[in-house]
Amino acid sequence: MTDLAYLPGLGERARKSRARPSALAGWILPLALTGVWEAASRAGLIAPNHLPAPSIVAITILHLAQSGDLTDHLAATLGRLGLGFLLGAAAGTVAGALTGASRTLRLLVDPLIQGLRSVPSIAWVPLFILWLGIFEASKVALIAVGVFFPVYLNLMSGIAGVDRKLIEVGRAHRLSHLDLIRRVLLPAALPAYIVGLRGGLGLGWMFVAAAELMGASEGLGFLLVDGQQTGRPAVVIAAILLFALLGKLSDIALARTGQALTAWQDTEGDR
Amino acid sequence: MSTLLEIRGLAKRYDDRLVLGPLHLAFETGETVAVIGRSGCGKSTLLRLVAGLDRPSAGTVTLAGQPIRPDDVAIVFQEPRLMPWLSVADNAGFGLQHLPRLERAEAVAEALDVVGLAGAATKLPKQLSGGMAQRTALARALAVRPKLLLLDEPFSALDPLTRAGLQNHLGEVRDHYGPTVLLITHDMDEALVLADRIIVLDGPPGRIVAEFAPRLPAGIKPTAPAFQRWKDRLIDVLGPASQPTGTLTKLEDHRHAV
Repeated sequence: MTDLAYLPGLGERARKSRARPSALAGWILPLALTGVWEAASRAGLIAPNHLPAPSIVAITILHLAQSGDLTDHLAATLGRLGLGFLLGAAAGTVAGALTGASRTLRLLVDPLIQGLRSVPSIAWVPLFILWLGIFEASKVALIAVGVFFPVYLNLMSGIAGVDRKLIEVGRAHRLSHLDLIRRVLLPAALPAYIVGLRGGLGLGWMFVAAAELMGASEGLGFLLVDGQQTGRPAVVIAAILLFALLGKLSDIALARTGQALTAWQDTEGDR
Repeated sequence: MSTLLEIRGLAKRYDDRLVLGPLHLAFETGETVAVIGRSGCGKSTLLRLVAGLDRPSAGTVTLAGQPIRPDDVAIVFQEPRLMPWLSVADNAGFGLQHLPRLERAEAVAEALDVVGLAGAATKLPKQLSGGMAQRTALARALAVRPKLLLLDEPFSALDPLTRAGLQNHLGEVRDHYGPTVLLITHDMDEALVLADRIIVLDGPPGRIVAEFAPRLPAGIKPTAPAFQRWKDRLIDVLGPASQPTGTLTKLEDHRHAV
């Protein structure tokens, strides 16, 4: 515990004054690069058929939005990602909680899951298509597989690493096994769990792009393929930028929620 | 007074090594008994067996003639062991989840009031000093209104001033809640200040080697002659090496006496 933490008001202020410049600092490089990119494009230094200017990309996004196509593509991608994330995170949570809380289950189940983890997730695609068809179900399944592993791993190791002394407090109060998981293990493992969810969401974005690249009629991934096949680099870059923006926004939302839920932590990190 | 806690033939083995017992002990209702001994003599094992955190290899522990029920016992560990995500009030109410909300809030408020933390109910553990955290742990134990309060060297990690304050506080707590107390300690001063009866354990395997009932008046200073006489008797039994807070003078006195 730092000395500052004994004085909550002072501690908060010190943290905020440290956090503010770093939050702004993150914008400097992207804005500067965009400026250089725009200037270079206008000066004719970059071939527009390779890398259209940011203003052209912005106009492309605007046109997509005005035609209503953008909404459809975003809804398709976010729908797949949301469903896949929910399914993968739910499965990872159950499996991680059980294997984390029970040594026997960990010994029985974890080696198998670790073995499956070493299969590159994309390798499941042919099987999922055979099982689930080429439409939504196989895409959602692929995303769910991607999300599952980080959630499972972080929650399991988070629970297995909970301070034995806290568990003993639960046992001294004669908590049932389920209550011990609910009231001691899960809250204590929450910081690790949130790290897992964030990792899972990141992989979810990766796999929604992969699934849509391999065959979709709408979605940001479809925009990538469509832009490539119709020779419109602005569309490809617009899709890439939208992936970046949405990925970052969703991560910030999850990180903020996580910070609010784990404000009890006495750490310097994540601030 | 009636017998509350009865320990019969209690023993604990780890693998084939006997670490405790067989022990026979009986506690009167409302009595505070200190078990004192060197590190590794089995005193913490005794407490863990009574708390139900470990299973005995032999023997029984009964409370008023019945096997101990979870609600009968509460424990304060050497460290506060607070749930860092719960407020002081929620930590104090940790053992009261089965109670209706209002009843729980009343019990928590009373316990926090008794330990002097009524104004800190909404604080998080990370905002507490060591003494406040340990008082929260004491409130958590008291809130369940245990018949038997188990204290495992609860003040040993605190600075001397905070320790003295909390030791005084424990007297008030006993007056308010009236539990029977089993105090594990290696601090002779603490045992003499707090306990009606002192049991000296030596081992392993832990066995009772002496028993004293000093019944010193409340608030007696460690410098008082009566206090020193009892302390000397304890040192005689424990041996000088086990005196953690003793002064050099007393040690020399003891050596002359031997």
